[in-house]
Amino acid sequence: MYLYDGALDVPKILKQWYDSERDSNYGAYIPFVGTVRSEDNISGLSFDIYEPILESWFKSWQEKAKLRGAIIKMAHSRGDVMLHESSYIAAVFSPKRRVALEFIDEFVEDFKASAPIWKYDLIEGERVYAKDRSTAIKGSGLLGGQS
Amino acid sequence: MIRVEFLGPIQKAPLELDIDNLNQLRSILQKDEELQEWLQNSAVALNDTLVSSLDVALKDGDKVSLLPPVCGG
Repeated sequence: MYLYDGALDVPKILKQWYDSERDSNYGAYIPFVGTVRSEDNISGLSFDIYEPILESWFKSWQEKAKLRGAIIKMAHSRGDVMLHESSYIAAVFSPKRRVALEFIDEFVEDFKASAPIWKYDLIEGERVYAKDRSTAIKGSGLLGGQS
Repeated sequence: MIRVEFLGPIQKAPLELDIDNLNQLRSILQKDEELQEWLQNSAVALNDTLVSSLDVALKDGDKVSLLPPVCGG
């Protein structure tokens, strides 16, 4: 897992990962790249990350990948990422394509639902929490309700 | 003392509390009007591991974190 301040250098990271595994006998390399789109007058996005829990979450996915003979890599930005820059890359290497195609889908879905990363819209220089696009982590609300 | 941290968009400074369990923490935090919505939608971690029950004893030096709804990518 690789965390960077600001936008990701996508060609460099994809090449680094390719070079690191090109001789590992994987038949498939399937990356997903997330890029900031222009919508709702935002100038970009900004991210907070809580690294201790992100690391343990990612480790559990590395173990799942290993069980299927695959490996998973991930890069994410901290702080501000402007329009048409990229903030997220996930990639799976596996012996055959089917495992990697299915695994990248499962991984990115759980990433969206569980990874401790918070997104803010950048609007006129202000960070506005993307509340409506955020998902409560499974089991949330323990401290709410009636005593 | 137990350190309580509020992550991401919860704009609140960490607390140092003299408590023994998560039920006591719930009672204390529920008195804070500004936290009401966050308490409903946040996950809770003890020493960086998510917990699924309030039946957890706390000991001196423990860290409790509140994790509001997430959106990576």
